[in-house]
Amino acid sequence: MSGRVLVGVKRVIDYAVKIRVKPDNTGVVTDGVKHSMNPFCEIAVEEAVKLKEKKLIKEVVAVSCGPQQAQETIRTALAMGADRGIHVEVAGKDYETLGPLQVSKILAALAKKEDAQLIILGKQAIDDDCNQTGQMTAALLDWPQGTFASEVSLEGDKVKVVREIDGGLETIKINTPAVVTADLRLNTPRYATLPNIMKAKKKKIANVKPADLGVDLTSRLEVLRVDEPPQRQAGMKGSTELSRRDS
Amino acid sequence: MAAPLVRIFSKSCRQISRPWGACQAGWRSRSTRSAPDVASDQAAGMVSFPPLQTYSEEESMMREAVKKFAQERIAPLVSKMDENSAMDEDVIKSLFEQGLMGIEIDPEYGGTGSSFFSSILVIEELAKVDPSVAVLCDIQNTLINTLFSKLGNPAQKEQYLTRLSTDMIGSFCLSEAESGSDAFSLKTRAEKHKDYYIINGSKMWISNAEHAGVFLVMANVDPSAGYRGITCFIVDRDTEGLEICKKENKLGLRASSTCPLNFDNVKVPEKNILGQIGHGYKYAIGMLNEGRIGIASQMLGLAQGCFDHTIPYTRQRIQFGKRIFDFQGLQHQIAHVATQIEAARLLTYNAARLKEAGRPFIKEACMAKYFTAEVATLTTSKCIEWMGGVGFTKDYPIEKYYRDCKIGTIYEGTTNIQLSSIAKFIDKEYDH
Repeated sequence: MSGRVLVGVKRVIDYAVKIRVKPDNTGVVTDGVKHSMNPFCEIAVEEAVKLKEKKLIKEVVAVSCGPQQAQETIRTALAMGADRGIHVEVAGKDYETLGPLQVSKILAALAKKEDAQLIILGKQAIDDDCNQTGQMTAALLDWPQGTFASEVSLEGDKVKVVREIDGGLETIKINTPAVVTADLRLNTPRYATLPNIMKAKKKKIANVKPADLGVDLTSRLEVLRVDEPPQRQAGMKGSTELSRRDS
Repeated sequence: MAAPLVRIFSKSCRQISRPWGACQAGWRSRSTRSAPDVASDQAAGMVSFPPLQTYSEEESMMREAVKKFAQERIAPLVSKMDENSAMDEDVIKSLFEQGLMGIEIDPEYGGTGSSFFSSILVIEELAKVDPSVAVLCDIQNTLINTLFSKLGNPAQKEQYLTRLSTDMIGSFCLSEAESGSDAFSLKTRAEKHKDYYIINGSKMWISNAEHAGVFLVMANVDPSAGYRGITCFIVDRDTEGLEICKKENKLGLRASSTCPLNFDNVKVPEKNILGQIGHGYKYAIGMLNEGRIGIASQMLGLAQGCFDHTIPYTRQRIQFGKRIFDFQGLQHQIAHVATQIEAARLLTYNAARLKEAGRPFIKEACMAKYFTAEVATLTTSKCIEWMGGVGFTKDYPIEKYYRDCKIGTIYEGTTNIQLSSIAKFIDKEYDH
């Protein structure tokens, strides 16, 4: 086993920002808006780094798909302890239509290329809430998947995953290589300390194009319209006449 | 007068363009390179003279990291620390863990190995949340660490720098009850005996003293030589005869400990002299010039933090059917204060960049410290007014900023001293 873990990190609008819909209803305003790493991706990076610190795996590779700014997100992952990064360049129109299907094809191709033992992703991104990339990646690779993980442990060549499901907690054991997606309670991500930020500067980020991986970025989906949720209407006080007559 | 200034400016700009180029390049795709090429940056049509608020990728990342850390780990404890006049031990520990106490120290001594400007940004971000925590970080980085790094011999660096960046706080001891602005009239005496000195005297207003593990004490070895006898001694906390007295009960910056110290026949070996005998006065002035920019940054963060807490309130509070922010009177006041903060920021950043570029910066540092302290006072006072009644209560953080800002015009060189220093520079400038 290569002992290599691939972690996907997505650059999204920061969770604290108040989202505004563009006047032409084609999407939300992203220009000049604060972006940061998807919180579930932070949890994924933390889990991978923890596994490396326990010496259960050898290398953590952070991957992000997007325009140049995605490099900032990769650098944050490096500052948290990832060893190197891969930036898959997707820009312009391709980036606007980039979705779980294309990303999972990219991740699948990279997993094969890098001989990954484990792929850890956040369970979903807070901008689209798709909750699909992990599952699709596993299907494309024909790997087992442990999604909504609140606990992950490596046992030999298997992975034990405790999953948070509607009915409670489900514990499964799956073979590696596998895909795991991180849920909220898996861990508390560390802060990037200043010395680690300095060390991250020296770590390498490789540039890759989707075409190099043989991935077709055409989207099967077309966004027709984006609207804000309806404004809260004032409540109405019901009539009290009826209740008196009934009693 | 203008011609030589222009020559110096353009020459230094070429020197500066390398780090500025680094700032710009940080935002561009860097693949596997780590140092950008200045020529290629200019070929790509990049601005050679970027605005002052331009940061390298490293500086931006550090600022974001500290901002997050301060919001999540320090903000919840600020009120309690102020009330109890005590810095939380966990906060101190986490400052070390995050690498905030050894920003410029070489990684070989466990430090972060970053730049002066990074320190300035860190102090500003900390001050937005708690100026007391910021001053702890500022003194450690701009005074203590710099003194050891610049003046320490290899043995001293070996012994202290690693501890300063990982777990030990330092205190800088210059002021006494009878000598504040008139620092060189200090009376603490160090008498030479063979290979050691006996220190007697007392110090006052010593920040960080409650938690410090090492004290840099300015004492006079030869009063007959006046200030040329002042020497810097390294005194460990557990040295016999050193008494750390009860901390002051202060108006503001309460979480930062400020204590008098007594020296009763404190024996200090000769090898604990930092730098040269009789040069202490030079070191004090030199370090305080840099420390000035740190304090400017603290006051800047204070003003900004207070402002950031207040504006959302003015946008929510409705009186007479509209937001109080929508009243022209308020808008004019708010715009005025915002402009002052911006000016204070530019003064501070420019002084820091000048120092980093190795250019003369003392006048600018004095201007930055004096101006930001005044701006902090104005901002916090106005913010309380804009908040109305709630600004006056301890339930809201505004009144704390108001109390904290006052010391800015007093410590590390009073406003009057700064103004006199600036005037001296102006006088010299017009000499030819």
